[in-house]
Amino acid sequence: MYILIVGGGRVGYYLTKALLAEGHEVLIIEQNPAVCKTINDELGGICARGDGCEVTTLLDAGTSRADMFVAVTGEDQHNLVACQIAKHKFKVPKTFARLKNPKNETLFKKLGIDVTISSTNVIMEHITESLPTHPLTHLMDIPERNLEVVEVRIPVGSSSIGKAVKDLSLPAGSMLSLIIRKDQKPIIPLPTTILAAGDQVIAVTSAESEEALRSALRGK
Amino acid sequence: MKKIIIMGCGRTGGQLANILDAAGHTVTVLDVDAYSFRRLSPQYKGKAIVCNAIDPESLTKAGIAETEVFIAVTQGDNRNIMAAEMAKHIFNVPRVICRIYDPLRQEIFQTLGLETLSPTTIFADILKKRVEG
Repeated sequence: MYILIVGGGRVGYYLTKALLAEGHEVLIIEQNPAVCKTINDELGGICARGDGCEVTTLLDAGTSRADMFVAVTGEDQHNLVACQIAKHKFKVPKTFARLKNPKNETLFKKLGIDVTISSTNVIMEHITESLPTHPLTHLMDIPERNLEVVEVRIPVGSSSIGKAVKDLSLPAGSMLSLIIRKDQKPIIPLPTTILAAGDQVIAVTSAESEEALRSALRGK
Repeated sequence: MKKIIIMGCGRTGGQLANILDAAGHTVTVLDVDAYSFRRLSPQYKGKAIVCNAIDPESLTKAGIAETEVFIAVTQGDNRNIMAAEMAKHIFNVPRVICRIYDPLRQEIFQTLGLETLSPTTIFADILKKRVEG
């Protein structure tokens, strides 16, 4: 695949290294000439100097034949604008933007950026995952269907303990797919399966039903 | 009379705030640097707030919910674009105007539905007319 990366900072640099190792064709667009030189010295001539939000630079970079466009500068506004231009002017099928401010996610999604990555959110998820009380972990997103795969742990004292799956007031948009119980094989939940404390429940849900699912499984 | 937010109190933003305020509109001007507010005239009766306007919280504090016109005139094209898109798509401000120096970028975002102005194009056209006139 041909992958274009805007921003040759640490994220851009290591991302490029990894993608090259996977055998992809990669080009970095970076404004700072010194950074460009370092990258070209270390990784070979794969860094073009320029402004990734400028149409002429993107034309020279062959943006219209790119399969993916990844904007990872340190500024949200640059990442947003670069991705919008790549998407609308050059019809790049998949655009990725790095987010500094997690609050900007709604805007980026609304404007059609395919994937947004906020390091704050990623770190938060990893931290909350390792906390025993974490309510719900996102395992995977299926954006085109507005679905997500989540994990909910059933802590001691949850109102769902001892109840059968059919008696839980699960929201319409959610489905339990797997129960992982300590020292047992994973169980595919039936309507009659009884939940126990410590269960890890893997569920498919729409984003809107996420909160209702969480409270059906853990109580308010 | 309109409720207006101007983002960026540079030469253009400052001047615009002064004349809109003098004309009786309710003006709030935003800038990341309080020093920029020196451009506001002593007669200016509007608000001046130090904040980064590409943050939904700052915009809420600046009263964007009641704003009728949002004008983005900072030095950064991308900053203006992002703020304008936020005002339009998140806060549903009825009228949003955005300055974009880069003519090609201006064209793209005009097509994407923003009301944009490129001083570069406008001024170059004026100069061309003068030269040829």
